[in-house]
Amino acid sequence: MTDNRPTTLLAELTHRCPLHCPYCSNPLALVGADRELTTDEWKRVFSEARDLGVLQLGLSGGEPLVRRDLEPLADHAHRLGLYTTLVTSGVGLTRRRATALRDAGLEHIQISIQDSDTETADRIAGMRAVPQKEEAVALVRELGFAFSINAVLHRANLDRIGDIIDLAGSMGADRLELANTQYYGWALANRTALLPTATQVAAADAIADEAKRRYRGRMQIVYVLPDYHESYPKPCYGGWGQVYIVVAPDGQTLPCHGATHITTLRFDNVRDRSLDWIWSDSPAFQAFRGDEWMHEPCRSCARKTIDFGGCRCQAFALTGDAANTDPVCTLAPLHGIIEQAVQEATGPEEYRYRYLKLEPVRS
Amino acid sequence: MPNPEPGLTASSVPSLWRLARLEFDRVRQQNVLLYPEGVVLLNETGAAILELCDGRRSIATIAQILGERYQCDVIADVTEYLSQLAERELIRDG
Repeated sequence: MTDNRPTTLLAELTHRCPLHCPYCSNPLALVGADRELTTDEWKRVFSEARDLGVLQLGLSGGEPLVRRDLEPLADHAHRLGLYTTLVTSGVGLTRRRATALRDAGLEHIQISIQDSDTETADRIAGMRAVPQKEEAVALVRELGFAFSINAVLHRANLDRIGDIIDLAGSMGADRLELANTQYYGWALANRTALLPTATQVAAADAIADEAKRRYRGRMQIVYVLPDYHESYPKPCYGGWGQVYIVVAPDGQTLPCHGATHITTLRFDNVRDRSLDWIWSDSPAFQAFRGDEWMHEPCRSCARKTIDFGGCRCQAFALTGDAANTDPVCTLAPLHGIIEQAVQEATGPEEYRYRYLKLEPVRS
Repeated sequence: MPNPEPGLTASSVPSLWRLARLEFDRVRQQNVLLYPEGVVLLNETGAAILELCDGRRSIATIAQILGERYQCDVIADVTEYLSQLAERELIRDG
């Protein structure tokens, strides 16, 4: 279904966030408020994205509700005809703001939950967020938004996947994303504490599969596979620069939110260039289109049209060369990196929490 | 309670998932089906079918309308097309 046009824009409006989840996919070097794009700059980005063919917009972060101009941004997106999702922790979603967002035409709100167990949920978030999330859920339901729950899964909560599914069901979600942690940014830094065991993953896969059938017609369940435990890599957004664009809070524009790992590429900024130029002509977006860039075993592999050699960001982050086969693949020469990481992932769950400025000292 | 089975029949009454909407994309000059985190680019026939899925007409009725428009028997094609979307939970029965 690719027609050389992007379908989806993820707008990371800010890196500011009241939560400190150690699995955050944002980069370790977070962007401060002073470098964020302005309201007018974001509106221009949304307009250019629509002209380029984008149909789906994610208003994300950080916590997008930190931006006081979220309502006019949602309004602008709605006028452009974009299907817009607010990707939020729920913290800061007051009745006034939720009503204003609904009046602005926002269609879909996705609220994160950290766990079904309140104590663990708050430990992961690094703050007491559960009561505010419950209030946000009630508002989203009352105001009639299309409503998704997102739960990121890892070693400390994976055994409760069944309870997490039923919690989302009881919250009245139309849709539940069960996202096994993908190891980028803060999640990669916390990998040893987050990676589940193979036994946990096998049990969770079976529970998710059964729940998908049980909730069919009531709540759509999307299960994002734990790629470290799979045989083949994920087909990241249909391949590099095929359908997906991420704009970071400072305007840096990426083919994937993990791409900041790739230090050998220079990613252009919407402050300097049009989105059209970045998509169509920038060296970074062209770098891994097609299959000319592939090394063996990808180049002669029958699966290269299925998964495109996996994730370029992961290949770079783990092997130092973005053109290598994603080491998640069991055919990859460097697959041992993954096996070793899984073996080493035992011991206590001591997290390095996500902080924008100074990380507090923890004993 | 929606039908838990994805297989649709002539008597099924299809409607779009509450979270999905039909749109004409002026950039592609094409109809599209939008839903959370997803896009289906539709051909003319697909769009014609989905535009008739209002939660009141049965598949038999939809096929009759389209059959008159295209002057051929489309019941099997319509049922299969909507069943595929029902499998992806984008179409509901009832």
